[in-house]
Amino acid sequence: MNIREQLNIGNYNAYVKKEMPKSKVFSECIRAFFVGGLICTLGQAIRNFAQYTLELSENEVSAFTSIILIFLGALLTGLGVYDIIGNFAGAGSIIPITGFSNSVVSSALEFKAEGYIVGVGAKLFTVAGPVLVYGISSSIVVGLIYYLLKLLGMA
Amino acid sequence: MDYIKAFAVGGIICVIGQILISLTNMTPARILVMFVTGGVILTALGIYEPIVEFGGAGATVPLTGFGYSLAQGVFKAVDEHGLLGIFIGGVTATAAGIAATIFFGYLVSIIFQPKVKK
Repeated sequence: MNIREQLNIGNYNAYVKKEMPKSKVFSECIRAFFVGGLICTLGQAIRNFAQYTLELSENEVSAFTSIILIFLGALLTGLGVYDIIGNFAGAGSIIPITGFSNSVVSSALEFKAEGYIVGVGAKLFTVAGPVLVYGISSSIVVGLIYYLLKLLGMA
Repeated sequence: MDYIKAFAVGGIICVIGQILISLTNMTPARILVMFVTGGVILTALGIYEPIVEFGGAGATVPLTGFGYSLAQGVFKAVDEHGLLGIFIGGVTATAAGIAATIFFGYLVSIIFQPKVKK
């Protein structure tokens, strides 16, 4: 075991822990930051276009931006481009709403062979389902608490 | 200026996600669920609203922004409809996103073929 002879065993674990994962995590974070930041900057450009050029209301601006980004995420997934971005960007491509769209399309496409009902139709919700279940449920709990606090005159 | 803010805030939120993935090996579905629920809770606590005001799309484009819309929608609907608003608000505020995801997701899945895994 050459490696053990070269590196004293006690130092070896410390060496691995210190050098390997840290530098990997660091570079992953940098890539996530840039790609995630870029997608959000694109989102800001779409927002500004909706707000100042199309002169939409605040709610419409949010809806417009979501629709465009979700469309782009889905289309790029279909073309196979989003997965290439994802390999590079990690969370930078998962966390933005385009990544949500990507996860939804990926699972549906993967099970296309099972047909349009139990394949595409059902698997569209492999990722969308949990997100909607937990998102909507938590918003209802939060709304109930807000309602009760209002009744008690505390909100 | 709002582009720089969106870039920085969006980037930082994605880095938080990356750290969670790198350190815990969570699947994307888990991360997305965590971020939506986190967005709802942070909005309810009044923490996310200032981040949205500062970061614009940097805070609304990440999935925490979806949680933000859900919570904001519920608060607004409770103010308008009382108890019923609890069930009306969230989905109403996020209707466009949900409908677009289902429709475009379906359309793309029909038109394109799955990539062969190499």
